[in-house]
Amino acid sequence: MLTYIIRRLIGAFAMLIVISMVTFGIFFVVPQWAGATPEAMASRYVGRAATPETVALIAERLGFNDPVAVQYGRFMKGVFAGAEYDYGAGVEQCPAPCFGYSFISGQPVWPELVNRMPVTFSLAIGAAVIWVLAGVSVGVLSALRRGSFFDRLSMGTALAGVSLPIFFTGMISLVVFSYGLGWTAPGGAYVPFTQNPALWAYDLLLPWITLAFLFAAGYARLTRAGMLETMGEDYIRTARAKGLREREVVVKHGLRAALTPILTLFGIDFGLLIGGAVLTETTYTLPGLGQYAILAIRNQDLPPVMGFVLVAATFVVIASLIVDMLYAVVDPRVRLS
Amino acid sequence: MTAPLDVSGSATEAHPESVLAGAGKAIQGRSLTRIAWMRLKRDKIALAGGIVVALLILVAIFSSPIISVFGSPPLEFHQDQIDPNTLLPKGFFGGVSGEHLLGVEPVNGRDIFSRIVAGSGISLLIGFLATILSVLIGTTLGVVAGYFGGWVDQVIGRLMDVFLAFPLLVFAIALAGVIPDKAFGLEGNGLRVAMLIFIIGFFSWPSIGRIVRGQTLSLREREFVDAARSLGARHGYILFREVLPNLLAPILVYATLLIPTNILFEAALSFLGVGVNPPTPTWGGMLSEAVRFYTLPHFVLFPGLAIFVTVLAFNLFGDGLRDAFDPRTH
Repeated sequence: MLTYIIRRLIGAFAMLIVISMVTFGIFFVVPQWAGATPEAMASRYVGRAATPETVALIAERLGFNDPVAVQYGRFMKGVFAGAEYDYGAGVEQCPAPCFGYSFISGQPVWPELVNRMPVTFSLAIGAAVIWVLAGVSVGVLSALRRGSFFDRLSMGTALAGVSLPIFFTGMISLVVFSYGLGWTAPGGAYVPFTQNPALWAYDLLLPWITLAFLFAAGYARLTRAGMLETMGEDYIRTARAKGLREREVVVKHGLRAALTPILTLFGIDFGLLIGGAVLTETTYTLPGLGQYAILAIRNQDLPPVMGFVLVAATFVVIASLIVDMLYAVVDPRVRLS
Repeated sequence: MTAPLDVSGSATEAHPESVLAGAGKAIQGRSLTRIAWMRLKRDKIALAGGIVVALLILVAIFSSPIISVFGSPPLEFHQDQIDPNTLLPKGFFGGVSGEHLLGVEPVNGRDIFSRIVAGSGISLLIGFLATILSVLIGTTLGVVAGYFGGWVDQVIGRLMDVFLAFPLLVFAIALAGVIPDKAFGLEGNGLRVAMLIFIIGFFSWPSIGRIVRGQTLSLREREFVDAARSLGARHGYILFREVLPNLLAPILVYATLLIPTNILFEAALSFLGVGVNPPTPTWGGMLSEAVRFYTLPHFVLFPGLAIFVTVLAFNLFGDGLRDAFDPRTH
């Protein structure tokens, strides 16, 4: 078990290093491949009105002429130890973790990210809870009543679910349930959980279901397939022959074995979840991390996007790590190997 | 794990009639492809999906003649269809009429039918080419990992894990955002389409790679590969003549299932405004404009249904194809 945990921790750390390199590459190396000069990159930091001399000076100060490895080192130092920006007029302190300043608002990126984190996390975690519960229970029921009306209906819905873009279901449900029937919040609002839990859930209910629907469909299909397979195994017959109640046979012997591939999927779905959260936030105009990044991208405002990419990827790595630990709890083979 | 084409033992239990159909007549040899085709022909839902896919491809190829007959140019404004006070389309259900089959857009009155038809080309082009790119990367790395094993397999396996857990959309958004208007000798939307194909294809290869790796692992141990090896065949010969032909079926199946994922990916990027630049019509882009006009059901419904029908058709056809080649997954 301990070796397993250590191996996973090392893996997660390596993943974070890779992610930081890819992020750095996207924002500082790819533009240069695509033909941007150090001056062109620096001009984004000082605005279009600056003279060529100022731009060249800034390019030198920000180190766009340095070797890539040196630039990466400086970038990582900023994240972990903070950075100092010397604009000539004075030195600006940017405390760690420093993701720079927004080109548009001039505000540091990190506090804004921190402000928006609860929205995205509430959305993502709530949706994950809903889709796992709904997907697994629908899958189990479908498998137990294979060929029934319920099975056909839920599998048909699941197939439609994996074929529907999240922003389309989002808009349709907004029109139907919010503007039409008036059951749910019209979107765009967020109340912190600590302030008013009921209102928090009310505002997030529709986004949760929208985001969960897409994933629940896949989980229902996978659970159904897994349950059909395990319920045909010999040990299920043995459990029944022992005289166990059917519920115990299904939950303790059937579902437990079928759960392993679902956990595997859950572990790698966090990446998709963050993407889905971005789409959901944009559809419902929720003030989360994804919306911040999309607004920034439209304004060519790169530091917020970079901060968002790093924060989102770190979240994905940590969440996957937690799932890997759960994995060991559910599947004894993992902790013994 | 066994090879996907190994139908021994499962063929009879899945479709006894397909095996026994020739009984009475002279016994005919059937290739596995023919058996799969016979199964597919019986699967009505998959066939319906396949027909829709074929129609969509035709629509995408002949989009300009279709538009000139049934619609008006996708970028043409029709201010006469718009109520100048509300800026919303006049007439029934967003201006649905013989002239504008699916109505017009608010504010500028562009023909929605033409824009959807024109958008099909970009969706399918990016969906197909990105899938080809992921199949090329995934098959190469998967075969190499599965065939050579050892540290090569370890390294490629880790790489696949990293890519599978990557927040793809997040990185795609970032990449699409830093690309300048002109690069690599391309500019404007030509560059954007090329970039989207590259980004989507480059990020979605691990799903194919994993499957190919698994199949290669089991093929490597089969007798015919042993036989070829004992006759002194080189690695290249074994890979291209013995292993790859046996991988074609699973690659075809999973490529068919990857196309709809990639189409959704493109639609999502266009919806977020980091895909193909407007005014070039894309389904995702049309939906992102529709966000501001949620009171107009036709404006949301038609582009959304275009995505849904396309993706569903590919999924149904791909599922049927998989069941036909490997009935055990059914």
